[in-house]
Amino acid sequence: MPYISHTDQQRAQMLAEIGLKPEDLFSDIPPSLRCRPLNLPEGLSEQEVRSRLAAIASKNYIHLTCFLGGGFYDHFIPAAVYALTSRSEFYTAYTPYQPEVSQGTLQAIYEFQSVICRLTEMEASNASLYDGGTALYEAMMMALRLTRRNKVLVDDSVNPIYRVMLHSYTRNLKIELTETENAGGLANREAIRRALDEQTAAVIVQNPNFFGCIDDFTDLAEAAHSKGALLIVSCYPISLGILKAPGAMGADIVTGEGQSLGLPMSFGGPYLGFMATRKEYVRQMPGRIVGQTTDAQGRRGFVLTLQAREQHIRRDKATSNICSNEALCALTALVYLCLLGKEGLRETAQLCADKASYAYQRLTAIPGVRPHFPAQWFFNEMVLDLPCEAAEAAAKLIERGYAAGFPLSRYYKGMNNSLLIAVTEKRTKQEIGMLAEELEAIL
Amino acid sequence: MKLVFEKSAAGRRGLRIPKSDVPTSIHLKKEYLRAQPAALPELSELDVVRHFTELSRRNYGVDTNFYPLGSCTMKYNPKVCERIASYPGFAHLHPLLPQLRGGGMLTQGALEVLYETDLMLREICGMAAFTMQPMAGAHGELTGIMMMAAYHRDRGNHKTTVLVPDSAHGTNPASAAIAGYTVKTVPSDEHGCMSLSALKAMLNEETAGIMLTCPNTLGLFNPHVKEICELVHSVDGLAYYDGANLNAIVGKVRPGDLGFDIVHVNLHKTFATPHGGGGPGAGPVGVVEKLVDYLPVSVVVKREDGTYALEYNRPKSIGYIAPFYGNFGVILRAYVYLLMLGREGLERVAENAVLNANYIKEKLKPYYDLPHPGICKHECVLSAARQVKESGTYALDIAKALIDAGFHPPTMYFPTIVKESLMIEPTECESRETLDAFIEAMIAIAQKARTEPETLKAAPVTTPVGRLDETKAARELNIACL
Repeated sequence: MPYISHTDQQRAQMLAEIGLKPEDLFSDIPPSLRCRPLNLPEGLSEQEVRSRLAAIASKNYIHLTCFLGGGFYDHFIPAAVYALTSRSEFYTAYTPYQPEVSQGTLQAIYEFQSVICRLTEMEASNASLYDGGTALYEAMMMALRLTRRNKVLVDDSVNPIYRVMLHSYTRNLKIELTETENAGGLANREAIRRALDEQTAAVIVQNPNFFGCIDDFTDLAEAAHSKGALLIVSCYPISLGILKAPGAMGADIVTGEGQSLGLPMSFGGPYLGFMATRKEYVRQMPGRIVGQTTDAQGRRGFVLTLQAREQHIRRDKATSNICSNEALCALTALVYLCLLGKEGLRETAQLCADKASYAYQRLTAIPGVRPHFPAQWFFNEMVLDLPCEAAEAAAKLIERGYAAGFPLSRYYKGMNNSLLIAVTEKRTKQEIGMLAEELEAIL
Repeated sequence: MKLVFEKSAAGRRGLRIPKSDVPTSIHLKKEYLRAQPAALPELSELDVVRHFTELSRRNYGVDTNFYPLGSCTMKYNPKVCERIASYPGFAHLHPLLPQLRGGGMLTQGALEVLYETDLMLREICGMAAFTMQPMAGAHGELTGIMMMAAYHRDRGNHKTTVLVPDSAHGTNPASAAIAGYTVKTVPSDEHGCMSLSALKAMLNEETAGIMLTCPNTLGLFNPHVKEICELVHSVDGLAYYDGANLNAIVGKVRPGDLGFDIVHVNLHKTFATPHGGGGPGAGPVGVVEKLVDYLPVSVVVKREDGTYALEYNRPKSIGYIAPFYGNFGVILRAYVYLLMLGREGLERVAENAVLNANYIKEKLKPYYDLPHPGICKHECVLSAARQVKESGTYALDIAKALIDAGFHPPTMYFPTIVKESLMIEPTECESRETLDAFIEAMIAIAQKARTEPETLKAAPVTTPVGRLDETKAARELNIACL
């Protein structure tokens, strides 16, 4: 039997030694509660399961040239990332409840918290959350607790997938979640200022936003603070290689999706939510936090700290119900950022921007293709208007081998012809050129 | 050991970034740019490899040795699951692909994995349908409670309260509270199970539902569990099954047959996916027929022609609780595990997990207090109360001494209803030889507690650091190297 080592003889001996018969083991369960034999297939050998799963995997189209983004990107992953994160001392461990035998995980999380702070220019980070969407939800809840208010403003330039998540999570709560409509591709200052009042807990924005447009929220931070509200910024960590950090804009809570930091796209997960904030707010931050300390001999070590915020102590009064984080994904992001280093991340971000800029030139040279937000600067993703329905064009381009982008009609009214196109450092000049040729051919 | 930042040398590089092959170089508006690059460490690839290899050697995993952490089901994580999760056909799949027109056909393999795992979990749990989206057990709890709320809203019920037993994991009350409910705690009876009389006294028209772990965190199966579900149903409440301890009864008892309406399953426990040092996990949630309409969108369906599709148009759905389809890579590993075990293998899981827990319990019974004797399920809860009384040796000291003996300690001080608790969950994977070695170590520690308790206070001495000052960590808060 796979993964069970007792022989029948050993089992019989063990039972005999503790004075039990086989049927005694489940004698505490009334027979009427026992189930019928399960209707499941016979077990497979490793050889069989590998060939079956290889066949299933081959039904997925992974050979499309990927210009799909929307917050989830096809970035290059160095070989050393997986070589290190696949060390079983990391991945077969659990939450570091026993710090003496968990210094590997604990120090890595401390270092992860540190790189997140350095990237976002914030003072405190947690050990990670499930993904960028739940991280944004947790940030919103944190702001509600910190301000003891009940209104939240979110601009519709924030990832629409995250916005629908916020709506789902707040449905049973007494929270007024209001969306403002972007102004020309950027967060709508006028509408946000108008809606901001003494009951507003937070303003939620994103940079670069869902349309790929770059913004500077310094003014919004001031506007929010003047009413006693907090500014929450969701961001794309690769862009922070060159873009102004949310901390430098005056953000109070920064979240984001860490998938771009060395994690495969893996059909939507596991991903990595990160969160950073000001030191004064750390006691309202959800999730695990690792802190530095010493042992009796003065040796530096790391432990889980501020646990009085958490569910296993505070139960229904906890800052969040989260128990585990995404430790292995946080480790992945840390290894990735250490390999790239200070210059490597800057160069990667610049390369993404340069290639996107080239794609913009090539694609907008096609007759009938125009930028949707011509006045805005973008990082590595852009909204282009096609002379036809974007969903239709994208479907045709799939047949030609391109995941050309994400049609915005699904989430934005009146943007039927708009296609959101992402370009990472992995895309070559040739691939970009071919996309332009194919797009022109189908229009 | 140095921090990675302390190993940095200005100008050192770990990875060569390719030269740009496009003729454009964009100069973004200065106000959009950061003043200087983020202060990431500057290391060679070898520096990075050595650093993280050294860190890994300061860790302890299931592959290192026995990891009897109660309630966490630290079973062996088969290597084949890791291999398959890294197949490019799965790892390189963009999650937005199926949202393109006709795109579902491009991800048939991934949808098949989700659908087939759903079917197997339905059969194992006796539920009508699952959502695979929750990204951890606690996330599953929140999802389940949100569905509970949607059900009551739909029925026009005015419900305010969720009941949890005093032995519950902390996530239960936290999840119910975050979903907007008031939490009330039901005490345990003298047998360690939920008190039926207390439950009857607390149940009323405001009860939205109950959250139960079965077997509970004492490793005990409550024989009245079906009656509890019926009582909750009698006030139109729903019964939530916390699947944290499913490993004890998988293949033997189905939560659906017991009367539960909502179930979450921790794939990283019962279905052997790695715990990753604290995530990623996965917490799929199953529901009975009357709750199927409330499942989060999207739902994977199989069409008549045998192809798979994602369904979004579900008006009663609680909406989106995750950006996509859950922690796909984790679900995939669990699917592989289930295929390899099959029906017969799955039945052996609970039998051996329960045998191992009872074997440890009976062998250690003479040396430690056992507040709840009798047959346990997948875990047993001992108490160091005797050692505290005799020599001032606490559960903590015993745990630390186990580290020096080469074992990961059990869960300590949980459940809180047992003083000085040591909660031991061996899982089905461990050999008799490993169990015997652990038992010997526990006996030796019990003897040392009598003869030389001071040596236990000094433990662990074999680790890179000794006991750490947690008060200092909280008081002199240093949570980032800036």
